[in-house]
Amino acid sequence: MAVPGIPTVRETGSLQKMKRGGRSWDWRGWKFMLPFALVFIFVFIVPIVYAIWISFYQKRMVGGTVFVGLANYIRLMQDAQFWDSVRRVALFTVVQVPIMLFLAAAMALALDSMKLHGSRFFRISTFLPYAVPAVVSTLIWGFVYGAKYGLVGSINNVFGSDLNVLAPSVLLAAIGNIVTWEFTGYNMLIFYSSLSTIPHSLYEAASIDGASEWQIVRRIKLPELRGSLAITVIFSIIGSFQLFNEPSILQNMVPGNSVTTYYTPNMYAYNLSFSGNQSNYAAALAIVMAIITMSIAYVVQLRSMREQMK
Amino acid sequence: MKFTKRAVALVGAVIMLAPLVACGSSSSSSDSGSATTSIVVWSWDSTVPRTVAGFEKANPNIKVKVTNAGTNKDEYTALNNAMSAGKGAPDIAQIEYYALPEYVIRDNLQNLSSLGASSYKSFYTPGTWSSVNINGGVYALPIDSGPMALFYNKEVFDKAGVTQVPTTWDEFYEAAKKIRATGSYITSDTGDAGFFDSMTWQAGATPFATSKDGKTVTIGLTTDSGVKKWTAFWQKMINEDLIDTKTPGWSDDWNKGLNDGSIASLLTGAWMPYNLLSGAPDGSGKWRVAQMPTWEAGGTENSENGGSSLAIIKSSDDAKVKAAYKFLDYVAHSATGIKTRVDAGAFPADNDTLKSSDFLDATSLTDSNGKANEYFGGQEYNKVLAKAATDVITGYKFLPFEVYARGIFADDAGAAYTDKSITLSQGIAAWQKNLTKYAESQGYTVK
Repeated sequence: MAVPGIPTVRETGSLQKMKRGGRSWDWRGWKFMLPFALVFIFVFIVPIVYAIWISFYQKRMVGGTVFVGLANYIRLMQDAQFWDSVRRVALFTVVQVPIMLFLAAAMALALDSMKLHGSRFFRISTFLPYAVPAVVSTLIWGFVYGAKYGLVGSINNVFGSDLNVLAPSVLLAAIGNIVTWEFTGYNMLIFYSSLSTIPHSLYEAASIDGASEWQIVRRIKLPELRGSLAITVIFSIIGSFQLFNEPSILQNMVPGNSVTTYYTPNMYAYNLSFSGNQSNYAAALAIVMAIITMSIAYVVQLRSMREQMK
Repeated sequence: MKFTKRAVALVGAVIMLAPLVACGSSSSSSDSGSATTSIVVWSWDSTVPRTVAGFEKANPNIKVKVTNAGTNKDEYTALNNAMSAGKGAPDIAQIEYYALPEYVIRDNLQNLSSLGASSYKSFYTPGTWSSVNINGGVYALPIDSGPMALFYNKEVFDKAGVTQVPTTWDEFYEAAKKIRATGSYITSDTGDAGFFDSMTWQAGATPFATSKDGKTVTIGLTTDSGVKKWTAFWQKMINEDLIDTKTPGWSDDWNKGLNDGSIASLLTGAWMPYNLLSGAPDGSGKWRVAQMPTWEAGGTENSENGGSSLAIIKSSDDAKVKAAYKFLDYVAHSATGIKTRVDAGAFPADNDTLKSSDFLDATSLTDSNGKANEYFGGQEYNKVLAKAATDVITGYKFLPFEVYARGIFADDAGAAYTDKSITLSQGIAAWQKNLTKYAESQGYTVK
């Protein structure tokens, strides 16, 4: 961003600067950049470099800290628990993200149709869950899910059923439900804002040409949503791969092994680092996860960009 | 408009700087020239702060600040972070007995022997003393203890026709069947590692050991006969659906289960009474306390569950260490300090209190409004618990990474409880394997 500073000098032909010696550097751009650059370096670059650096070491309770080279990474590649957690969040992403985005798009289209009464209330109320801290909403859902005394428990009492949504086999779906509840409104708002940029004259023209409501949706609105779809997909993928709050809170509310210490990659890193005295290994895990998440997000972005070029 | 923006920016800047300022000033208070020393204590035990007023009155030049930095695991996480960061650690921390060895091995704690604690052996119960006495040093002073006892809901037991309290595990099994027939469970367990430790300890197990130099650990879960004995018994209870394996301990559902009698008894530490009073208030008058069932008729063997000590974090600041020890001695060793805490509901770890008639004759708990509550129906419950404390088998050792070990117990063995896809002994074998792997990666020699 600041690099263009050099050509600027040459183009305007600042003679004074040139005379003082060709090696002179124009710092003006950098000065504008400085506050940002400093913060960026300290809160972003330094921690990443530090994490990479410590991932080459191993701290042992007996023997202290030793340099181990790539041993942490090699161990990670063979760590069944790690891959188990990656598989779990991948499954979560593949199932939960499409459902959530479909719901969000449907809501945005419904709002945009201007045929709803109380659309403002609707808009606020669907967005509201996003404003509730994830810890709080997970606690609330945890009470709802309680098979004995929660809402699920009441349903069981009334119908004599034996539902338990906190059982290990269905817990991931129950977490998906919480996450969907939390983030549908947020994604809806992104969709809605891109829909509202469509000029109304287009709709008028379409209806004069005899287009039905469904045709307007298909030919005008959905194509417009594509750009924001790419953004929401990337955000959602990153969010799902970083799943932590919900399972971590639920861990104390579910029996036994329903939420293991390696339930998601983030939880695994947390437990390794803070209760397992293995922050070096956790750093290696974090870096590998960052690479995995970035490459998936990059592929999605490339694809959606190519589609938009068409 | 311009002004408000600036004001907002200024306020924001001040707010952001405030924590930095606070950080800078807190550590320097001890050497500011005046004779006042301030010490920071991390403790989640609600009875510890009550001792501060009395202590500060007797020691006007020591200021004590008690902070709740989280309950057990959360506090250890914060403590580990502060220690590896090299600053922010308290002067005194509450550490449970099971977590103590790992802090000793990592050389984080002050040895209290030279400060006067080495002569306290006869002051504390055998179980608690052996927990703080590690490798020949004294690294903490006991503040409470948790000898195991059977807390049971007499109403539910009576209704099920269990009129005699089970005294052996066989009788416990028979009682469990009768209680299950009424729809309740005799107790719950969803894979609690602390409970596993206590129960195998009572069965005579000693699966773990650490060599004196702290470099060799023994992990013998799969070969220990005590572990086998208990595992077989508990597997039978799980198989016949005699224990609730769906309600996690300390959850909302669990408290409600204790409250309405669907969980009819608890095998847990002597610190339980006040937790029952707050978690299951409707059980008042219905609950009773009895000795743990034993493996042979007429046996008395017992174990501990939970219980905490206060330890001094190693520091080069002698004045602080001395001040910290003064407070520690007041809380854990002086008669006034102990009385303040016992009156507030702590279960004592010292023999004097366990023998005092004040303590033994108590028939009621004090509720949050200060009213007496005969929760145990007028029973002299402390007499039972004090007896339980003297029966604890000494010699049980925790792992030097017990906190982590307990953290992964449910990963490996949880399925034996939750969906019963494996047996308990398979789960424990998996736990043994993962603990061994972990110990080796931490540089231990594993036997």
